[in-house]
Amino acid sequence: MRPADATSQSDFAAALFDPSLDCPAGFSVWNGSDPARRLAVYRNNVIASLIDALAETYPVVQELVGTDFFRAMAAVFVRQAPPRSRILARYGQGFAAFIEQFEPARGVPYLPDMARLEFARVRAYHAADAEPVTHAALGLALASPERIAELRLVCHPSLSVIDSRFAVVSLWAAHQGEGDLTTLDPGQPQDAFVLRAGLDVLVLHAPAGGAAFVRALLQGRCFGAAAGAAAACAPAFDPATVLSLLTYHGALTSIYLPRRLAS
Amino acid sequence: MSSRIAQSPSGAGVRPAAARLDAAAGLPARAGVGLKSQHFREVLDTCPDIGFFEVHAENYMVDGGPFHRYLGLIREHYPLSLHGVGLSIGALGPLDEAHLDALAALIGRYEPASFSEHLAWSTHGDVFLNDLLPLPYSEETLQRVCEHIDRVQNRLRRRMLLENPSTYVEFSASTLGESQFLREVVARTGCGLLLDVNNAYVSCVNHGRDVIAFIGDLPLDAVGEIHLAGFATDEDGAGAPLLIDAHGSAVDEAVWSLYAGVIARLGPTPTLLERDNNIPSLATLLTEAGRAEDIMSAPARRTGVVHRVCA
Repeated sequence: MRPADATSQSDFAAALFDPSLDCPAGFSVWNGSDPARRLAVYRNNVIASLIDALAETYPVVQELVGTDFFRAMAAVFVRQAPPRSRILARYGQGFAAFIEQFEPARGVPYLPDMARLEFARVRAYHAADAEPVTHAALGLALASPERIAELRLVCHPSLSVIDSRFAVVSLWAAHQGEGDLTTLDPGQPQDAFVLRAGLDVLVLHAPAGGAAFVRALLQGRCFGAAAGAAAACAPAFDPATVLSLLTYHGALTSIYLPRRLAS
Repeated sequence: MSSRIAQSPSGAGVRPAAARLDAAAGLPARAGVGLKSQHFREVLDTCPDIGFFEVHAENYMVDGGPFHRYLGLIREHYPLSLHGVGLSIGALGPLDEAHLDALAALIGRYEPASFSEHLAWSTHGDVFLNDLLPLPYSEETLQRVCEHIDRVQNRLRRRMLLENPSTYVEFSASTLGESQFLREVVARTGCGLLLDVNNAYVSCVNHGRDVIAFIGDLPLDAVGEIHLAGFATDEDGAGAPLLIDAHGSAVDEAVWSLYAGVIARLGPTPTLLERDNNIPSLATLLTEAGRAEDIMSAPARRTGVVHRVCA
């Protein structure tokens, strides 16, 4: 049997996200006042709290466009893509893609990449814990050059890569009070490594080819294949530079040679 | 996976072993505050004299990082109240078993002295609405809510506390009063009551009810915890006050006064000072908690208000 308040919850939920819908039937108000005025409290709670959640995840995006613009843009997103998870730390993954299509935000072309970077930071903050490998372990693994290409490098669960046609790393740093916004060229392409080292989330400027290299590692490809992919898109790729940056910040958690299949 | 880090934070004054042992015994009859990430370090560095900390369960349904690290350390020194905001006990569909699993995992990991949730719904289909939405108080909802609470208590293998809501609308389909509904839920499921005094005040003002009579009509014997918080003030379409449960300001004097009446009736009861927006300094939260402890330890307040609440 369909419960009598089934309709009530459906209508209620729909009315929360669509301000053009009439106040659902079935409310009673002790003083006979307009129930729509009271429903408005719920409407506001839902939309405003979800906008607040996005504002917490995307502080630099908000600074780049200003609070009013951000909240108006976020309200459109919230209505279009309400959370599917009860865990709000996961909410807003699609915000960057939304911003890309959001016509009024076209004036800030690097806004979607900044959103990607900020979501990667939240993801890194809550990612699983894992012990990094040491420089010594890396050195040892690299000491047998005949099988170096077959090495598997396992990345820290927090590590992700943002590649951008814009200076996202410098822009993000400038909004943390580092560097000078006035001399910054936003059109300078920059790739970022985002990861957590200990309890701190880091945004690192990835060296040439580093993004392609790490992306290949994250796909489970071996060292040789990852280095090949990196060199193909960035001739200046230097594996030593990237590896040393990654191990210095604890971005690798395991290095091993896969067992050879018996022939 | 180990969340318990053996290292002890700097600062002294608490007995590390004690907090772990009393997990099954319920929260201490003292004041507690919500644990906010901006206060993690300060709590560990200063070890404030506070009865317990409360966290929102969903904030800790993450894989790792600072939230688990700090909660693990802080849990070594304080009893914990795990307060859910996303279980959607009042929703039409069955409870989300994955969410229950996640709650069970958190309970296994942190051994909280209390688990509580709300008399509300917050999901529709697979959409999470991030608000605590009101229910009609009918026999039909009563059955559904009781089935859901039975499932929660069976899955989590412990008694839960159910919190009375703040509401802004009522339903013509309601056939029971809120206090009667809560009495029935407690009687049928054996769950406890998380008495949110601010919610009681907000709802009673919003629906033109007598809050003292309302509180007196609740199953007060089942209260396992009290919540205190601040509200914001708006008005409805007729210009009558419409109070919003905003958790963004200090506790109102009217709510303190109701609280004193409840304590006079119940004696010292675990009491949480809730603040989720405009988070002030830890010192400010602790001062509010101190006021609750003063009320709990003031014998003068034990008389006088009793009869008003029991009326």
